[in-house]
Amino acid sequence: MIKLVGVEKKLGGQPVLQGVDLSIPVGKLTTIIGGSGSGKSVLLKHMIGLMQPDRGEVWVGDVEISRLSGTHLNDVRKQFAMLFQGAALFDSLTVFENVAFPLREKSRMKGPEVGRRVEEKLKEVGLAGMGHKFPAELSGGMRKRAGLARALVMEPEIILFDEPTTGLDPLMAKSIHDLIVTMHRRFGFTAVMVSHEIPEIFGISDWVAMLRKGKIALMATAAEFQRTTDPEIQEFISVGGTLALPGSLVG
Amino acid sequence: MTNAIEQLGAWAVMRVQEMGRMVLFMLSAFAWLVRPPFRFHQTMKQLHFIGYRSTFVVVLTAAFTGMVLALQGYYSLRRFGSEGVLGAAVALSMIRELGPVLAALMVTARAGSAMTAEIGIMRITEQIDALDTMAINPLQYLIAPKLVAGLIGVPLLVAIFDVVGIYGGSIVGVNLLGVSEGAYWSSVESAVEWKDVYGGILKSISFGLIVSWVCCYKGFYTRQSAEGLGTATTEAVVLSSVLILVWDYLLTSLLL
Repeated sequence: MIKLVGVEKKLGGQPVLQGVDLSIPVGKLTTIIGGSGSGKSVLLKHMIGLMQPDRGEVWVGDVEISRLSGTHLNDVRKQFAMLFQGAALFDSLTVFENVAFPLREKSRMKGPEVGRRVEEKLKEVGLAGMGHKFPAELSGGMRKRAGLARALVMEPEIILFDEPTTGLDPLMAKSIHDLIVTMHRRFGFTAVMVSHEIPEIFGISDWVAMLRKGKIALMATAAEFQRTTDPEIQEFISVGGTLALPGSLVG
Repeated sequence: MTNAIEQLGAWAVMRVQEMGRMVLFMLSAFAWLVRPPFRFHQTMKQLHFIGYRSTFVVVLTAAFTGMVLALQGYYSLRRFGSEGVLGAAVALSMIRELGPVLAALMVTARAGSAMTAEIGIMRITEQIDALDTMAINPLQYLIAPKLVAGLIGVPLLVAIFDVVGIYGGSIVGVNLLGVSEGAYWSSVESAVEWKDVYGGILKSISFGLIVSWVCCYKGFYTRQSAEGLGTATTEAVVLSSVLILVWDYLLTSLLL
C-alpha cells in the first residue's frame, strides 16, 4: 500500500502540497482529481520518488522512501510502472524496443522470450503489428497505448497514470480509459490515476480523491464522492455537465 | 549600496552552488560508471557520435588551419631567412595549442550542442523520469557513456587534427611557397619532443571531459520549456568554449 503522511512541498517558493495525508488501497483504481496546477502530478511523482517532500513521509509497503536514493530507491521502484502524460517513449527506439526496454534492462529474459512478451503486450493494447514504428510515427492515442504496453510489460504491482487521456479526443480518451480498466481487472495491480476527465472517472474508479489547496479535501468511493455535500467539490465535479452514474462508461 | 552588495553576494553564492552541483554531477556519473551493468554498447554509440561523426569537420578545420599557419609563418620567417624552420613552427603550434583547442571547440559546436539538446528534450518530454521509474539510473545509462566517449573521442580527433594540420602546412609551404620538403619535415622531426605530444594529449583529454561534462549537465538540468532548451544549449556551448580556453591557459602555464 502507498501511504503519504503530512507531505509538504514547495516549488519555486510556492507551496504546492501543504500536508497531504493519503492512503492508496491495494488492488484498487484510485483517481486523484483537482484543479489545474493544484499539484496532482507533483503528488504522483512523490509516490515513486521522482520528487522528495520538504516535510512528511511517503511509505510504499513498509519502506519509507522520501529519504531514499540510489539503489535503495531503485529496489522500491521495481514494484512500479508509470504512464506519463506524453507517454515518454524513447524517440530513438521503435515501439517494440520501447516495450522491450524494461525487460532487457531489468529481467533475465532472453531474445525470443522478450519478443513473445512484447508482442503479447502490444496485442493487448491494440498495437499488434506496429512494433516497427517509431514514436514520432504514432498518433497521440497510439503513443499512450504503447506507453501502457511498456508499463504493463514487467507486470508491476503498482501503476501510476499521469493524465493518461490529456490531448486526446473524447472517443480516444474513452478507449484509453476502457483499456486501463480492462488491464486493471485482468492483472489486479494497484492503480493511481491523475485525471481531469469528469464525469468519466466516476465510472471507472474504485476510489476518488480530491486535492484542494494542497491537501486531500475528500477521499471516498466513486459513488460516495458524487453524493458529497461539500459545495466546492459539487461545483467542481458538476463542471463536466451532468453527474455520471457509476459504471456508465465501462461495462 | 547595501542592496547592491547583497545582490552580488547572492549571485556569488548561486554560482558557487552551481559549480558544486556540476562537480557532484560528474562525480556521480563516474561513480555509476564502475557499477554493473556496464554500458559498452551505449559508450560505443556515443563514441561513434562524438568521434567518428566529427571527423569530417575536424579534418576540414585542421587542413585550413595548417595551411593558413604555413602561409603566415612563411612570410614572417622569410624576413629573418628562417623559412627552413616553417615545419617546426607549424607542428609545434598545432601539437601544443591549436590542435587541442580548435578540435575541442569544433566538437563543442557539433557534438556538444547536440548532446545538450538531446538530453534536454529527454528531460522536457519526461523520458529521463521514465528511466528513473524503471529503476534505471539516468546518470549511468545516459551520462556516463557520453563522458567516456568525450574522454576517448576528443584525444583521437586531436591526433587527427595535428596530423592533417601539419600536412596542410606542408602543402602550402612546400608545394605553393617552395620550401624544401626535406627541410620542412626534418624541422618537424627535430623540433617536436615527447613533452609537446604529452602536453597535447593531456589537454585533449581534459578538453574532452569539459565538453561532455558541461554539455550533459546543461541538458540534464534544462528548464521545462522550448526557451529553456534554447538557453541551455547556448549556455552549454559558451561555457564549454570559455572553460576550454581558460583551462588551456592554466594547463599551459603548468606544463611550460
